[in-house]
Amino acid sequence: MNSETLNTLDSYSKNKYKYGFVTEIDDEKPKKGLNEDTIKFISLKKNEPEWMLDWRLKAYSKWKKMKEPKWANLSFPEIDYQDIYYYSAPKGFEKKPKDLSEVDPKLIDTYNKLGIPLEEQKVLAGVAVDVVFDSVSVATTYKGELEKLGIIFCSIGEAIQKHPDLIKKYLGSVIPPGDHSFSALNSAVFTDGSFVYIPEGVKCPMELSTYFRINAENTGQFERTLIIADKGSYVSYLEGCTAPKRDDNQLHAANVELIALEDAEIKYSTVQNWYPGDEDGKGGIYNFVTKRGLCAGKNSKISWTQVETGSAITWKYPSCILKGDNSIGEFYSVAITNNFQQADTGTKMTHIGKNTKSKIISKGISLGKSQNTYRGEVSFLRKADKARNYTQCDSLLVGNQCGAHTVPYIDSKNNTAVIEHEASTSKINEDQLYYCRQRGLSHEEAVSLIVNGFCKQVLQELPMEFAVEAQKLVSISLEGSVG
Amino acid sequence: MFLEIKDLSVKIENKNILKSLNLNINKGEVHAIMGPNGSGKSTLANVLAGKEDYEILNGRINFKDNDLFDLNIEERAQEGMFLAFQYPVEIPGVNITPFLHSAINSKRKRMNEEEIDNLSFAKLLKSKASDLGINIDMLKRSVNTGFSGGEKKRYEILQMSILNPDLAILDETDSGLDIDALKIVTDGVNKLKTKDNSFLIITHYQKLLDYIKPDYVHVMVNGSIVKSGGSEIAAEIEKDGFQKFQ
Repeated sequence: MNSETLNTLDSYSKNKYKYGFVTEIDDEKPKKGLNEDTIKFISLKKNEPEWMLDWRLKAYSKWKKMKEPKWANLSFPEIDYQDIYYYSAPKGFEKKPKDLSEVDPKLIDTYNKLGIPLEEQKVLAGVAVDVVFDSVSVATTYKGELEKLGIIFCSIGEAIQKHPDLIKKYLGSVIPPGDHSFSALNSAVFTDGSFVYIPEGVKCPMELSTYFRINAENTGQFERTLIIADKGSYVSYLEGCTAPKRDDNQLHAANVELIALEDAEIKYSTVQNWYPGDEDGKGGIYNFVTKRGLCAGKNSKISWTQVETGSAITWKYPSCILKGDNSIGEFYSVAITNNFQQADTGTKMTHIGKNTKSKIISKGISLGKSQNTYRGEVSFLRKADKARNYTQCDSLLVGNQCGAHTVPYIDSKNNTAVIEHEASTSKINEDQLYYCRQRGLSHEEAVSLIVNGFCKQVLQELPMEFAVEAQKLVSISLEGSVG
Repeated sequence: MFLEIKDLSVKIENKNILKSLNLNINKGEVHAIMGPNGSGKSTLANVLAGKEDYEILNGRINFKDNDLFDLNIEERAQEGMFLAFQYPVEIPGVNITPFLHSAINSKRKRMNEEEIDNLSFAKLLKSKASDLGINIDMLKRSVNTGFSGGEKKRYEILQMSILNPDLAILDETDSGLDIDALKIVTDGVNKLKTKDNSFLIITHYQKLLDYIKPDYVHVMVNGSIVKSGGSEIAAEIEKDGFQKFQ
């Protein structure tokens, strides 16, 4: 490899995480560590009914008996669960502020810096945003407008107070607390997150969006999101995430549950840009996320799109349970790892109903000394007549110190199932760069073009408002400089 | 002088490839370099384009009042140098439209010209493609990906006609082409030729020169130009091979 390429690769590795600042704000935390008192503290802070506290404590007792799942191709020191704060809120947030005048100006400033203004008139037209800062929801925009259509879009904490029937019915229905240790942990200590309910027949007229920010030190973020699309409804939802630069690793263990009833469609997009750690692999977020959607009704559809560029460790498998006949599950993923980042991500498609279809498009890009693994499982149960899956996994390597791995599992108990699988691994090589540069493109432009071209199939699945942003993020993840 | 190569000696991995090579090209001229395999023809093309694997031992190259060694690959391209590759590389997932659009705009930026917008560029691309008999469907595919040898060469000529270079270097563009493809490619070159641009055509065979009439033909053997003259030299080579020049 010639010197210029090495220089460029080196400059990629320079610290360029522009969301790495810390907001100096008084916060309120319980004692470090996980025990029943911590959970009671959280439940009390959230002013929760007793049934919710019971639910949490049951999950906690399950967690105590469980070990972390070990299938992933990841290496990291053991997580000390007693060395983490499980709740952090800016002072005075016992009750969510009614409007922005009640919000600390420092917080509003934080979100302005992140490019997420909270004042509705400045918010992206056609996007409603719920903003979560550490453990609490700060603001939800466009709430009134959505209420007119019967759409509920609020923090999960608020939903527990105001919509207990929906919470009791659906929370944990797709990801049971005892599923694995991270889901049990989340169920025990989840702090905030978003709740969405789209009533029968309603097509949500705007993108719904949640923005997660970890600010406080040594604090885990455990958000819980629940989206229910009633019969014949449609919603498109997007989440984004950032965190300050810190030398310590921070834990993020979210649970996201989606339920699509008959003829309903949920499109869930993620742009994950947690702090990835520095060029020596110090610091960064440990991102252990469980996302699962249930296509409960006939002809329902759930589509996951993710652009994963951040986190020191990404452990994440957005999945679909295709229970309703003719239901459709989709998974589109771009995962970029640089420096010492490790990603083990993919999906699980479980075909239960007849004529169910799933599609998996995964693009992994590895740079620096990173490791990038696609892990997927497609299974067809006995009654899944004429179900189909198409899987395509492509890996791109930049440089020669990184790794790409593909681990597809297929399990079919029905012989009418049709399964297609394609996989490729390629490198950006000197000849491609030479070719592009000979046409007049700079070295960085050439790399960015090649990588964006490689991801195109996935990026075009993002909602329009975010596709351009995501393209830029992909380029930034590669380039050395950020404006 | 438009392009002036003086006393150029180049080595790669301890092997001397070019030895005190001299070549002058004026605006509006078409030069052909012929020579046997391994004589250093492609090395010359890559050294001009700026490929970094070579070590320059001696000599200098001037291109449009620039010391060429002061410019990197993309700066040379933006200054109007184009290399039609012998083996164009595949770039999966990258469509020619954004690729060439960025290329043309980086050139325009350097020349302080206004950038061309999406719509005008798409029109330009379509019209140039139809001039060269290139199917519009081919424009929807990724750069060079899954193309036949002939398609790749036509695609190189299409890019050349869009970027409209001052100096076009064609490195064995005729290799692997059947007669029909050769005609399309050489037609393209002939259409593009004006009194303001120059061509350096590198070829092993004389066949190409039946379609493109060079002003000068140079014979290159063992890293140097051993003979220069008019197109009569090409006929000589056709008849007797390179042996008598060695």
